[in-house]
Amino acid sequence: MITRIELAEKENYYDAEGHAVQDGARDLGIRGITAVQAFRVYYFSGEITDRDKQHIAEMLLADRVTQDYAIDAPVPRTNSGQPWSVEITFNRGVTDMVAETALKGINDLGVQGVAAAKTARRYAFYGSLSQDEKEIIVQKLLMNKVVEHVLTPGEKLFFPATDPVFSLVHVPLLQAGDNELARISRERDLFLNIEEMRAIQNHFRGLKREPTDIELEMLAQTWSEHCSHKTLTGLVAYEGAIIDNPLKQTIFRVTHELNKPWCVSVFKDNAGVIEFDEDYNICFKVETHNHPSAMEPYGGANTGIGGVIRDPLGTGLGAKPIINTDVFCFGPVDLPMEQLPKGVLHPKRVMQGVVAGVRDYGNRMGIPTSNGALFFDERYLGNPLVYCGNVGIMPKDKCEKTVVAGDHIVVIGGRTGRDGIHGATASSGELHSESEGTWSGAVQIGNPIVEKKLVDTLLQARDLGLYRAITDCGAGGLSSAIGELASTTGAEVDLEKVPLKYHGLSYMEIWISEAQERMVLFVPPEKLDAALVLFASEDVEATVIGRTTSDHKIRLRYHGTLVGELDMAFLHEGLPRIVRQAKWEAPRIVNTEFAPPADPGAVLRRILAAPNVCSKEWVIRQYDHEVQAGSALKPLVGVENDGPGDACITRPRLDSYRAIVLSNGLNPKYGLIDPYWMAASAIDEALRNIIAVGGSLQHTALLDNFCWGNADKPDRLGGVIRAAQACYDMAKVFETPFISGKDSLNNEYKTESGESIAIPPTLLISAISVMADCRKAVSMDLKKPGNSLYAVGLTKNELGGSHYLELVGQSSAAVPHVDAAAAKKTFLALTRAMEQGLVRACHDCSEGGLAVALAEMAFAAGLGAEVSLRDVPKSAEVVRPDQALFSESNSRFVVEVAPENESAFCAVMAGVPAGRLGQVTAEPKLHITGFAGDVVLDEETIELKQAWQEPLRW
Amino acid sequence: MKPNVLVLRAAGSNCDQDAHFAFQYAGANAQLIHVNRLLDGDARLQDFQILVIPGGFTYGDDISAGKILANQLKYKLADQLLAFHAADKLIIGICNGFQVLVKAGLLPQMDLKAPQSVTLTNNDSGKFEDRWVYLKVNKSPCVFTKNVKSLVYYPVAHAEGKFVVRDDQVLNLLKQNRQIVFQYAAPDGGQPVYPQNPNGSMLDIAGICDATGRILGLMPHPERHIDPTNHPHWTREGLAQEGDGVAIFRNAVNYFR
Repeated sequence: MITRIELAEKENYYDAEGHAVQDGARDLGIRGITAVQAFRVYYFSGEITDRDKQHIAEMLLADRVTQDYAIDAPVPRTNSGQPWSVEITFNRGVTDMVAETALKGINDLGVQGVAAAKTARRYAFYGSLSQDEKEIIVQKLLMNKVVEHVLTPGEKLFFPATDPVFSLVHVPLLQAGDNELARISRERDLFLNIEEMRAIQNHFRGLKREPTDIELEMLAQTWSEHCSHKTLTGLVAYEGAIIDNPLKQTIFRVTHELNKPWCVSVFKDNAGVIEFDEDYNICFKVETHNHPSAMEPYGGANTGIGGVIRDPLGTGLGAKPIINTDVFCFGPVDLPMEQLPKGVLHPKRVMQGVVAGVRDYGNRMGIPTSNGALFFDERYLGNPLVYCGNVGIMPKDKCEKTVVAGDHIVVIGGRTGRDGIHGATASSGELHSESEGTWSGAVQIGNPIVEKKLVDTLLQARDLGLYRAITDCGAGGLSSAIGELASTTGAEVDLEKVPLKYHGLSYMEIWISEAQERMVLFVPPEKLDAALVLFASEDVEATVIGRTTSDHKIRLRYHGTLVGELDMAFLHEGLPRIVRQAKWEAPRIVNTEFAPPADPGAVLRRILAAPNVCSKEWVIRQYDHEVQAGSALKPLVGVENDGPGDACITRPRLDSYRAIVLSNGLNPKYGLIDPYWMAASAIDEALRNIIAVGGSLQHTALLDNFCWGNADKPDRLGGVIRAAQACYDMAKVFETPFISGKDSLNNEYKTESGESIAIPPTLLISAISVMADCRKAVSMDLKKPGNSLYAVGLTKNELGGSHYLELVGQSSAAVPHVDAAAAKKTFLALTRAMEQGLVRACHDCSEGGLAVALAEMAFAAGLGAEVSLRDVPKSAEVVRPDQALFSESNSRFVVEVAPENESAFCAVMAGVPAGRLGQVTAEPKLHITGFAGDVVLDEETIELKQAWQEPLRW
Repeated sequence: MKPNVLVLRAAGSNCDQDAHFAFQYAGANAQLIHVNRLLDGDARLQDFQILVIPGGFTYGDDISAGKILANQLKYKLADQLLAFHAADKLIIGICNGFQVLVKAGLLPQMDLKAPQSVTLTNNDSGKFEDRWVYLKVNKSPCVFTKNVKSLVYYPVAHAEGKFVVRDDQVLNLLKQNRQIVFQYAAPDGGQPVYPQNPNGSMLDIAGICDATGRILGLMPHPERHIDPTNHPHWTREGLAQEGDGVAIFRNAVNYFR
């Protein structure tokens, strides 16, 4: 028997969801709707008495103050007219966490007889709609077919448990020719190239047997670009030489050469670890979740943040997650619907879904999301980028794992389902217009509360010393987790012991499933009972699935039958190293001649309203950035808490003022001109953001995240190599080591016509810095009329890739460079000035240059500024005010200094390019005069602020 | 005597450590206790003087905010709660904890059997919002706000914080008993507009107590404003002696001195 219980807001209460749907339909150009009502629907299977149904509805599901309910009937509504009604539910096998919670609640009520639960959403539309419009509403607004479908009357919702008939599958490989090998790789979605397939064939020829499907899958996953980073750790032919392991030659090398004593563990664990204070270390990791987010933005981003939280949790013996970061790159959100390529979700929908996904996971985990960025470009249309980062903190004696033979392998947390099969290998291929259909198995939806319980219990188990090693189940699932963690010993696993969400998984699916919220522990036999009791005490599932061994093999059994056995050595070192070609040629960019703008004020307003510059408050407010109570400088600052802060400062220990500063740098527009200067600029931007809030270079580390087009193509790989070289050169001078990184090198999208569109070269640099006393922090909002303003750092005529040139439709190859030695001098001087308390406000000049920095500082304070460009430190070729206002030269700041501190400030800045701009005014106007005292710009700051806030005020 | 504080954890609690710190800072002896320990008898409410239900998303807020934990209190821990309250002890619910208190029937009046008369429902904006709000602190029997200044500044962070009542009678009773402890306000203490009232609450209500003043529920987070560096404007206005939230916890501790 199926019971259906439907809920709706009472008609005298505001139906926020219904209104949101109505607004969304209007955005899609659908005008005929007069009202929308939203309903939540629960289905239960089992024999349930009428009294119990009513009990469940009244005591559990409905809020009797605001909601009506109906059992086995629609909730009656008084609207006149017959609505069009559509009901949407999850596809079979997709996580339905509300249904799981409902079952728990029913159990708490003591109601018997409910066997299973499922949820749905119903919407009633009033007004007139054509068939086409209904289809658009369903497909573009209400659901994503990758995870959901429209419920049809009489559709079967619950399925009896059936297990597949076991049969061990061997894949005939030994006799296969190259064509056959390629076919096997393709048809099994292994994404292995021919050299790799041949290496596997040779290995099994030596063993004189055919591989099983699970062995092949494990190799494909371990050797995937996602897990092995084979491109950047491989051999690359570039400019007439072979680079053996480009990462090692650049990013690892600079860290090694800098040899900072506070770097604890770099490039080996799940996150990079640095020292925080006498008692604690902190770790930081940033990951991408691009392809899943392109297909299912909510689930993709949701599991992106969920996944990266498990990285610090799986670092050392486990770190407590304390800060999230997120950086997204999308197509233009105002793209007309008719220009949307087939099979691609609209960027606005992608953005809304991604933000909601990060919000719902991060907020539920109780981790502040305090730093991030957004970037828009058409080339991200088919291939959005979703970077998620997490910082963790752990006691100093919990930073190392020990792996020995004879420990129990315990999987804890979520159950294993068919979700995320082939995620690791799929992310190594290109997306195409049919991706939605073909890879739906790779899409997952997270359950943050399962992960929160994991964190709560794991940290207790860690402190009690109940396990010796830990890692997360991410890409590649158990296969990757156990394969890597036991690589120095060996392991055997009984796959039927892995707890499953539902019946029907094959042994192979169990092993490679990427189901979320799972961690793997190696538990000493004498600690097993205590560990299992602890996890059970907070309702966390923990199951012994195998043992570590000493024979350096991974051995997989299913109900006693050996289904796979691989040598750890072949698994981890058998990947053939092929030589990839790399080439970079500077694009031909014309330096166009153009007249200065007649109205620079209008240009400034338009730059402030550009998607990459405008306020991101709509996103930031939806994240809890105060939880854990250590926020000392927030992402939004100023008198009305809405100005754009340069970096966030967080106190991880509430009894101390020692703090963590986080920032990021990203500028793909420069990458289209020269990836070297893009990388240099991103590093400079991340570091100057740290400096701007009162941090220093001294205890600062960097993370690199490369997202590029298909790196099998030489021009793409050439760009990566150039960017990596800049990482070395810059970090070396700034003395800021890299501690962790990740790359995603297949971000291309194949259109219907077969054209392959690559994303712009995109390097995200994240910076993490330890600040001795956060009470020295400085925010970017102007503080007091009468204070002086200074420009610090040299302005050059570097308009290439600038927002200004894009806006006026001109081009220049003069991408901003970084003079790292000069920049370092500037940074050090500014840090000294801040430590001495000489600085009242500081903001870096980035997108939009000096003009945007001044405008933001003024409107964040509700004040104004009177400024002259005459004494702006500038190079000789800066001869026009528009160049001084809008050049995006690196390593520059605007600084506010109180009159009584001016001479001390100037003394500290001696030898650094710095010039007095003017002063802060009470009158809320930005007034700028040119080199000869002529008025260049005179704008009301309130109007500048409106221009800046308007675009993303959704 | 240092009062013993039970900070109640459940799956999805996430402000438990912040509340724990706030009470420790205010001079209490605070302990984090999982609800399962109360259910299995390992821990007993009677050993404590103050019960805290902290913020978070208990059980994911999957059915509605705080509902599952509320039902656990209501159906499994009712006797302990009644005895606790009758023994002149204190209960505070913050954010998700406030949602739990109204859904379990501890607010506006300790009556676990009565039908729910007030609730916290979806924000008018339809989404989760994190922002700092000014709060007017009314004269009330509330133990936690004794001598607290008339306007305080705390952050809110929620999606379901709109306070609504079943009918006018409920509202009148709240007014009559002076149970409306906190109201959202403009920066000068005057009538707020959105987003000063961040969720559309009736009468701008941000927190209420029971008629005895010993049970307090509020949506804003005083435990996130313990240190002066939490204040969003400290880089403009300088550092205060301590955050606006401290007084709430100190009052609770002092009640047992």
